[in-house]
Amino acid sequence: MKVRYFAWVRERVGKTEEDIDLPAGVATVGDLVDWLRSQGEGYAYAFENPNVVRSAIDKRHVRPDARIAGANEIAFFPPMTGG
Amino acid sequence: MSVIVRLQREAFDAANEIAALTGSRTDIGAVITFTGICRADENGEPIAALNLEHYPDMAEAEIGRHIEAARQRWPLLGVTVVHRYGRIAPGEGIVLVLTASSHREAAFAAAEFLMDYLKTRAPFWKQVEKRGDKTDDKIWVEAKASDDTAAERWTPATVKRETAK
Repeated sequence: MKVRYFAWVRERVGKTEEDIDLPAGVATVGDLVDWLRSQGEGYAYAFENPNVVRSAIDKRHVRPDARIAGANEIAFFPPMTGG
Repeated sequence: MSVIVRLQREAFDAANEIAALTGSRTDIGAVITFTGICRADENGEPIAALNLEHYPDMAEAEIGRHIEAARQRWPLLGVTVVHRYGRIAPGEGIVLVLTASSHREAAFAAAEFLMDYLKTRAPFWKQVEKRGDKTDDKIWVEAKASDDTAAERWTPATVKRETAK
């Protein structure tokens, strides 16, 4: 599954995207965030306040309780500031 | 309804976009144009430019979903949204929203609705490039709670409360 990062989440993680094999027990976006936080300093920093980071599955906004099964692409990013 | 959504690095020309939207049609009685422009300051500090990052495929999809929601609420005849990304200097346009309808009410309301949602839901992020010797000092613009409040007023619960008053 492809995971993409944008803006300061991307800077803190240190990459724009990566392919991740979902570990057992990761069923929701929130589970994935918890797992990512354990993957090193950059991830821990990016998700230090997980309530701030927004997420999307296959280019649609989702909440942390959204299930990942069947997803091709998950994205994490800060609150949006376009327009 | 004619719908145009374009994400681009280049500047846009509002007059050209209006001409493209209305063309030779004679059923359109109102076109509202909203242009978001890069200011020369952010939080009271002078800036050299804004740099906009975006999530390309999702941005188009998300804008399209909100245009569809607008179309279901108001009798629109056309919508054009052009959103720039990359480096944008003060005075340049960032975003253009055109809404067209037979009468003005629908076009005014839909333009506001679309901008409120673009601000809070379209995946774009602004970064400030400071001036002078601080140009390496890049700061992400923080989302405003007032933008969330503006978008929330269009949700059904809010509309119901307003109607009940």
